[in-house]
Amino acid sequence: MILDFSSPIDYLWALLPEVVLAATGLLVLVVDVFQRGSRSGPSRAWVGWTAVAGVLLALVANGYLLEFEAPGRSGMIAMDTFRIAMNFVILGATALGLFLAFDYLRREGMDIGEFYFLVLMAAVGMMLLAGSRDLIVVFVSLELMSLSAYVLTGFNRKDPRSAEAALKYFLMGAFASGFLLYGIALLFGATGSTNLALVTSEVTRGAQEGNLLLYAGVALVVVGFAFKISAVPFHMWTPDTYEGAPTPVTGYMAAGVKAAGFAALLRIVTVELAPAAEVWTEILWWLAVLTMIVPNLIALAQDSVKRMLAYSSIAHAGYLLVGVVAGSSAGRSAALLYLAVYSVMTIGAFAVVGLVAGKGDSRTGLADYRGLGWRRPLLGGLMVIFLLSLAGFPPTGGFIGKLYLLIAAVDAGHVALAVILVVTSFVSYYYYLRVIWKMYFEEAPEDAVLPAAPGGAFRLAAVVAALAILVSGLFPGRAIQTAETVGQDLAPRPATPFSQPAVPMGVPDTTTD
Amino acid sequence: MIVDFFFVLFAVMAVGGAAAMVLARNPVASLLYLVMSFFALSGIFILLDAHFIAAVNVIVYAGAILVLFLFVIMLLNLGPSKRPDLRGTMYRMLGIAAAGAVFGLLLITLRDGHTTSMAGGMGQATMDAMLQSRGAVGVIAEPMFRSYLVPFEITSLLLLVAIVGAIVLARRRAP
Repeated sequence: MILDFSSPIDYLWALLPEVVLAATGLLVLVVDVFQRGSRSGPSRAWVGWTAVAGVLLALVANGYLLEFEAPGRSGMIAMDTFRIAMNFVILGATALGLFLAFDYLRREGMDIGEFYFLVLMAAVGMMLLAGSRDLIVVFVSLELMSLSAYVLTGFNRKDPRSAEAALKYFLMGAFASGFLLYGIALLFGATGSTNLALVTSEVTRGAQEGNLLLYAGVALVVVGFAFKISAVPFHMWTPDTYEGAPTPVTGYMAAGVKAAGFAALLRIVTVELAPAAEVWTEILWWLAVLTMIVPNLIALAQDSVKRMLAYSSIAHAGYLLVGVVAGSSAGRSAALLYLAVYSVMTIGAFAVVGLVAGKGDSRTGLADYRGLGWRRPLLGGLMVIFLLSLAGFPPTGGFIGKLYLLIAAVDAGHVALAVILVVTSFVSYYYYLRVIWKMYFEEAPEDAVLPAAPGGAFRLAAVVAALAILVSGLFPGRAIQTAETVGQDLAPRPATPFSQPAVPMGVPDTTTD
Repeated sequence: MIVDFFFVLFAVMAVGGAAAMVLARNPVASLLYLVMSFFALSGIFILLDAHFIAAVNVIVYAGAILVLFLFVIMLLNLGPSKRPDLRGTMYRMLGIAAAGAVFGLLLITLRDGHTTSMAGGMGQATMDAMLQSRGAVGVIAEPMFRSYLVPFEITSLLLLVAIVGAIVLARRRAP
């Protein structure tokens, strides 16, 4: 089926997974009210499973997107394989995050319908952000994602840390949105359009003439995204927010929000704004260097495993930025591959932390992990796999991902970045392996509290996640092939003629009569 | 030339009002600065021939929302009450004179029928032709529900999330 976006119905087909997910979110909100009636407290278990069913349905719908073709590049939403691949990553992270969150939500009394609604809406925002080809859609979907994430961060009303985290996240996030919006406004001023295909062709002309408005716009857009992906020096909010948020939310944010932010960065900056490469390459190069070095050094000094993982998540943004700076289709493939592996391992690691922390989310210190490996073998084994993959040890997906980022960086001539990536990875071994050391080589104290046994959903999802990491590390052929095809599909192309003329704001589109 | 003058005037007012809003110690004063900033912004919209946006900006933001905020701040009784803004007969006369001037301008405008646009932009003729063929609603609604349908729908989801989020965070007892 061919979509040319001449009628709004085409958008319904193009946005099928997002529509399914949003409809599920509304359904969850409504049935939650009816099943609750006048009673207070947690919702029934099937409310959460409805949300999971919606995510699985959206996964099917996303696969169905492969049936569609959009020959022009005029629509507000991309129809390339990169969007479909990113949707799979985001939906996979959402499903995994929900499966791993059930135990935690029940324990903390947060198991109410609004939680699932907000998670689904955040996922809709992420998917739209990853696929948008219009600067207005970029902004509103980014806000949809961020607003849901702010509320989820502050979801635990009983915990003041949660409220503090939400406030910090909200203030810094709103500030970053301002940067992005100002950048978008300047780009609109310089090019006269918000449609990225038109912006690209105007940028090509503007870059030759050295348009200052355009350069300022590109720089502000890059800074706005740098906040969202928590690149140093725009990372100040991240450790506090990730530490204070409910742990499953932290894992979901670290995976989903970052994946969506990187997808937008890859699509908008490295592809659509490719003609202005001289502006953003320099900025992103420095961001990548700082984001690899600073958090890895700070993480060495952390005594809280949750905070250590927060810094580790910032450091991973640095590794991913290497793929963005490379700017080649190999760089985009490597970043995509690493994003997929990274979201699985980071959600898994945070889920184990959430379980070990116990009621009130209090036991997150390094000392609480002493002897855990022997007393809870499954939990210990899973944590080892997640941590080794985060560190980038050979039989895991994390190793393959880093290897491809290195190859892409060297091929693109950024040898310095590759060297820094290797050195900082070696530094990071210390703080990942320290947790494993505590788990297996130190005795648990007499009065140690054993974490509650995980439920069936947690076991299933965590084992699947760990297996996925191992399989992608041992047999990476398929994954690499897919990532390479997708990366080539995203390459910059000359803009094709339009089926829908660009309409300046407020002027009716005369062709639709 | 005159357009440039008004642009600079409104821009200074908008940016200055925004800065003063952050710097003011009294929350009521800070809110009134924000109202001023919004009015100046509406002035800029008018210079761009976006009359509808300018009117909506004044009615919705400067009018409804900010007055609501003002009431909330007054009801919350934040901080000790400051000295009254209106002091002496002199200020009172000035206030009445300003209000009278605005009213007089309105009367003149109503008598003359319609205003002509100050800036270039699309100009009155194009605007009139468009209004003729589609009506005022069509000129706004067509781009909104055709060209920009997708962001419009996402915005509706965004507002829903804001409502649900506000309720979740503001609920008195923890769930």
